[in-house]
Amino acid sequence: MSGLEVTLGNLHLKNPLMPASGTFAEQMTNYIDVNQIGAIIPKSITKHRRTGNPTPRICETKAGGMINSIGIQSEGLTYFKEKTVPFYASFSTPFIASVSAESMEEFAEVCEELGEMADVDAIELNISCPNLKNNGLAFGMDPSVTYELVTRVRNVTNKPLIPKLSPNVTSITEIARACEAAGADILTVSNTFLAMSIDVHSRKPKISNIMGGYSGPAILPLVVRMVYQVYQATSLPIIGCGGVMTGEDAIELMLAGASAVQIGTASFVDPEAMITIREEMEAYMKLHGIKEIEEIIGGVLVHQA
Amino acid sequence: MAVKAEILSNQQVSKRYFHLKVKVPNKQLFPVQAGQFFHIKCSDDAKPLLRRPLSIFRINEEECTLEFLYLVKGVGTKALAQRKPPEMLDILGPLGKGFSLKEESENILVVARGVGIATLSALAFKAKSKNISCFAIISARAKEDYLVEAELKEAGVEAIFVNDEDGTSDPQRVKLLAEALIKEKRIDGIYTCGSRRLSVLMKQVACEHQLFAEIALEENMGCGIGSCYGCVCQIEEEERIRPVRICLEGPVFPLEKVVFA
Repeated sequence: MSGLEVTLGNLHLKNPLMPASGTFAEQMTNYIDVNQIGAIIPKSITKHRRTGNPTPRICETKAGGMINSIGIQSEGLTYFKEKTVPFYASFSTPFIASVSAESMEEFAEVCEELGEMADVDAIELNISCPNLKNNGLAFGMDPSVTYELVTRVRNVTNKPLIPKLSPNVTSITEIARACEAAGADILTVSNTFLAMSIDVHSRKPKISNIMGGYSGPAILPLVVRMVYQVYQATSLPIIGCGGVMTGEDAIELMLAGASAVQIGTASFVDPEAMITIREEMEAYMKLHGIKEIEEIIGGVLVHQA
Repeated sequence: MAVKAEILSNQQVSKRYFHLKVKVPNKQLFPVQAGQFFHIKCSDDAKPLLRRPLSIFRINEEECTLEFLYLVKGVGTKALAQRKPPEMLDILGPLGKGFSLKEESENILVVARGVGIATLSALAFKAKSKNISCFAIISARAKEDYLVEAELKEAGVEAIFVNDEDGTSDPQRVKLLAEALIKEKRIDGIYTCGSRRLSVLMKQVACEHQLFAEIALEENMGCGIGSCYGCVCQIEEEERIRPVRICLEGPVFPLEKVVFA
């Protein structure tokens, strides 16, 4: 069944599903047919090699979620260009590179180099990783910093730019508007929530970095709210990200305003989750007689009897 | 690929440990190697959310059965302990790289702490099938935590048990025991799992006696297949220390390469 195609600016996807950055590595191609998903996004890369944080890097929390603090373990830009990009180029699925950096200069430098690669179809800007600086500070927490960063990257590449917003802000719509004003093409809403969990028996934080990013089904309503708010505030297409475990969860994000949906934690539980979720979305479309999935984007019925 | 395996039995074997036996639908997931693990969905409910990695304890390809020995500790293993036959259990695996036994090996020593004996028992059975003699030093908190004595006997393992309660398990004593075995039994390989302290000790012993040695590492895991980078250890190779994914490049590593924090 078709009808799952979506268009986000210049990006045409055969279906709205793609991995959330940091939840997809080359080994996933042993578990799913990558040609069956909408886009590929591997883990964020940095200019230089990074070792990431000490373990434990992951813990599960009671209310259906998990906290991670990987700290962007990265092989660096050269490895990415020489190995990672060519590996994924053999698939017909669009390839989105996710970039993280320690400075605006580095963001611009890495994006300029990636922008010259024909096999890179778009660039997601990870301006919201909660695990790089103390207490989860990130570039995407201040509208003027965000504006400057996106502007600088915009000046060096014509590839579609997709800032990934932080949920750890007072007003996500202000950050979204700053991205739009600076020339972003698409927005990913959002990264993980800064969180902390303590083992009451040992009295130690459950992950070594003390704090980390919260994900999983528990955060879905928070993400639905943010997608809804950003959809009202800007005209940019939105990729919803956070807490999607089923086809109906993905539909919910699309009704709130998402044009595409990223799957993260669900793939940890079941490597084939993206394929299952796509099938469940098709079942929903059939049930409601929906011919094109794009019809439902932003289709939540508010204040209707 | 994840498969649904039928629970044949899931019983408490000591105060803190359970023994699980499942039957898989066909031989597709074999061969399974000692040292490999399965990533197990402990409950069909939404919680616990993530799978839990359990290393293989016994492998029977003929009968399509797999056995696991696990410590009941957190929400995942507590949920698993509630499961009963003939429920179906969602298991993903076998995953990771297993132990290697050298062709010319004749006598090996396994040094285990706690549930670390599970994965090393699988190795002992493999050694038996290759006519390699297996000796063991098994460390536990208390006598009541001694596990799988019967299975070790079946595998022909000559085991020495030590425990904290009796004060027989301190590292210096274990080192002397190991060195006596190395000398008397002409040990040509050391395998360890379950204790950081014993691993550091065995790394030193293996180095001093220039013996081949491997370790099976444990770590909290997310996906178990290399996607999340949640489980890493530091490996020293070619004069560089690099973080590697335990689920993918391990969980078994050459002991000399593992950097203990």
